[in-house]
Amino acid sequence: MSETAATTFAALPAKPDTPRSAVTEGRAVRWTLIAVAIVFLALFLVVPLATVFVQALSKGWETYLATFREPDALAAVRLTLIVAAIAVPFNLVFGIAASWAIAKFEFPGKSLLVTLIDLPFSVSPVVSGLIYVLVFSAQGVFGAFFVQHGIQVLFALPGIVLATIFVTFPFVARELIPLMQEQGTAEEEAALTLGASGLWAFLTVTLPNIRWGLLYSVLLCNARAMGEFGAVSVVSGHIRGLTNTIPLHVEILYNEYNFVAAFAVASLLAGLALVTLLIKSVLEWRYAGELAAGGRH
Amino acid sequence: MTASTKPRWRFRRPSVLPGFGITFGYTILCLSLVVLIPLGALVVRASGLGLSGILEVAADPRVASALKISFGVSLLAALTASVFGFLVAWVLTRYRFPGRRIVDAVVDLPFALPTAVAGIALAQVYAPNGVIGAQLERIGIKAAYTPVGIFIAMVFIGLPFAVRTVQPLIAEIDKEVEEASATLGASRRATLWKVVLPPLIPAVLTGFALAFARGVGEYGSIIFIAGNLPYVSEIAPLLIVIKLSEYDYAGAAAIATIMLGISFLTLLAINLIQAWSRRRFGYV
Amino acid sequence: MLHDFDLDVRAGELLGLLGPSGSGKTTLLRIIAGLDFPDRGRVLFGGDDATGLPVQKRAVGFVFQHYALFKHMSVADNIAYGLNARKRADRPDKAEIKRRVGDLLDLIKLSGFADRYPSQLSGGQRQRVALARALAVEPRVLLLDEPFGALDAQVRKDLRRWLREIHDRTGQTTIFVTHDQDEALELSDRVAVLDRGRLEQVGTPDEVQDNPASATVLRFLGDAVEVEAIAESGQVRVDGRPVPGVVSPAGLIGPVKLYVRPWQFQLTEPSAAHLRGTVRASHRSQGRQRIEVERGEGRPLLVEDFDGERYAAGHPVGLRIVGGYVFA
Repeated sequence: MSETAATTFAALPAKPDTPRSAVTEGRAVRWTLIAVAIVFLALFLVVPLATVFVQALSKGWETYLATFREPDALAAVRLTLIVAAIAVPFNLVFGIAASWAIAKFEFPGKSLLVTLIDLPFSVSPVVSGLIYVLVFSAQGVFGAFFVQHGIQVLFALPGIVLATIFVTFPFVARELIPLMQEQGTAEEEAALTLGASGLWAFLTVTLPNIRWGLLYSVLLCNARAMGEFGAVSVVSGHIRGLTNTIPLHVEILYNEYNFVAAFAVASLLAGLALVTLLIKSVLEWRYAGELAAGGRH
Repeated sequence: MTASTKPRWRFRRPSVLPGFGITFGYTILCLSLVVLIPLGALVVRASGLGLSGILEVAADPRVASALKISFGVSLLAALTASVFGFLVAWVLTRYRFPGRRIVDAVVDLPFALPTAVAGIALAQVYAPNGVIGAQLERIGIKAAYTPVGIFIAMVFIGLPFAVRTVQPLIAEIDKEVEEASATLGASRRATLWKVVLPPLIPAVLTGFALAFARGVGEYGSIIFIAGNLPYVSEIAPLLIVIKLSEYDYAGAAAIATIMLGISFLTLLAINLIQAWSRRRFGYV
Repeated sequence: MLHDFDLDVRAGELLGLLGPSGSGKTTLLRIIAGLDFPDRGRVLFGGDDATGLPVQKRAVGFVFQHYALFKHMSVADNIAYGLNARKRADRPDKAEIKRRVGDLLDLIKLSGFADRYPSQLSGGQRQRVALARALAVEPRVLLLDEPFGALDAQVRKDLRRWLREIHDRTGQTTIFVTHDQDEALELSDRVAVLDRGRLEQVGTPDEVQDNPASATVLRFLGDAVEVEAIAESGQVRVDGRPVPGVVSPAGLIGPVKLYVRPWQFQLTEPSAAHLRGTVRASHRSQGRQRIEVERGEGRPLLVEDFDGERYAAGHPVGLRIVGGYVFA
């Protein structure tokens, strides 16, 4: 048997084309699948995105730019920047603290804590806004206290900031926890044996090791903070020029059938999304090893 | 030197790294203020209503119909997103073609694009005079301002979940297993069905559950395209907003509680799937 | 988990902590470094109590099993880390740090590698950088956790010799942890054998090999066969014949276990032997002959002999025991 096989083998002429690999599909199947995937993504994702820019510029650059000279639009941009400038650093500090405690130490109830931190991701944005209304409205749990002291939380900046913090709460922590766990504690311990203080070890060893993961998560946190609609919509009160963020301003313009302006303002956020995606992709390609595996969100 | 260590119970295992107390305390403080107390307020409000009160709200025909639409359409959308999401994940990990990285980046668009922007864009595209809406109209499908529009928006936001949960697992499939199957005489199709797909089922289910949960709760990308006709295309989150604007906090809390209940059940299902997957396949 | 014990490390010596995994040797090393904490007991450095001293103040050099090099720092920055971490008053100036880093790079024979990053180095090179980083702070004691554990066999041997040289040159008090007997016996001035959290024996490589304190130490240092024997009046007998060179501990009388190394057997005529059996298999390796001898019941004995006469399977043989160990 082995002898025949050897003979046959030697007698085989060189095949003109290599046989297709045993671990992939035929060429035709492959390209059909690729085509289906691309068409599907185009219809559901790319066409809507392109529409934003096409509609925004449908009346020309002049009209487009005029949208941003509106004081209400400017106020919305300003409010959105303020909200993000508070919410993102808050979650950054929280995320670093939480991931340090959770990833570098062993204590019981850790997985419950992680689940609780993740909770806001599984709560509907509208419900996220609602819970703050329930807490701070005049009939709410703490509402009476705040009303007495003349502190306006709902339909004002504090409410919007709180709702934004809630919906972006897990972003930094859930990226950093697996990343720090992966990295273990040996490098920090090495720094300590070399005489470094805890803070020095954190600044010179831990922080550089998580820098790309940190940037990655802050980026996504910021995109969500600036773009949040449902939760902010519930707590904002939609007061033009006062409590409207960019997404809420888009809604108002759209509902007033001012489509070009709505899309023009929306194009700001779409641009932000594109920049976010671009940097995110670059980070994923270049520093895949320094991001938490599967930590994409 | 002399030494001995014997386990003694402590809250945390001793470590030379500093800062546990302050970071742990700060974490619990933030978690309580931002997440636990506000969610607790909802629970307090809901328990004030009692089970009968909640069911009474749910029995209201408009609420019932909104819940049915939210859950029903989300189920269909998650199913669609899972099927196409799997296809996209497969194509992205297994095949090499020009522009693959760009396509890969585009998948995350629904994560990055604010929901309100997605909402008005989808409404524009799928409206009767929109780029795609007009074509659909020609074959007799009204997309925008009907449940079909809700479906489209939910597929849009659910897709990345479906893709990103299975993608890493497809990438990790050991090619040797497929080669082994081929050397044992299995056809490519048999290899796919019997060897490649079964270990991916838990991930597909997880992706489905995530897309479903996200669809049920979604608000921004849906309300512009849905038309929001009571009993026809009104979703549960919108009804919460309406109740709130009518200062019907109890009604809003009741609907929110039902939705939260369902999302916790979904979370539980995901955890069960993952626990099963760990036992059965050794990974999540 | 460690049980109570005392261990003295002498200044300038190279002490090997040897034990199977889970024996507590790494825990002990970490306790000395101040990375883990004993519930009781004290750590003394040259008479000073260091138990309450935080790790930063212990002045130990710790080389981690997987090196724990700082990935984002160059080789030079890694080595200089401990000096840069000092308070301004104690910190050498830039030129001095640079000079010391240069000296250490010479010592570890990586002079041209100052600007490389850890990911650009081989395993053996990383190991050496980790060592230089630990030496840079001029530690009172150098601690190495499985220093060669993650390396290839050949690199391992080279580094062993090199570490010994460095130690001889610097006279640095050094403790290293290993589970590899050869490594411990070749490198150490003294070996401490640990098992399940207990210190079984401390001694020079010769002492622990010639006079193992317990069966655990004996077995951990190499293969040994258990033989049923009788102790009486200072002698140990197997099958009625005294075993030469084995003295039974005072006061021990009756059945005992005699532990025999494979090379403490000699093949002889069955009539003059302590044990009898038949050859099951034999193979040759590095000038020695290893023979498996079957004795009816139990596992076959492994006997080592000079590469002389070959024995075919089934050949009846006698075994003379020329040494062994008995423990009270």
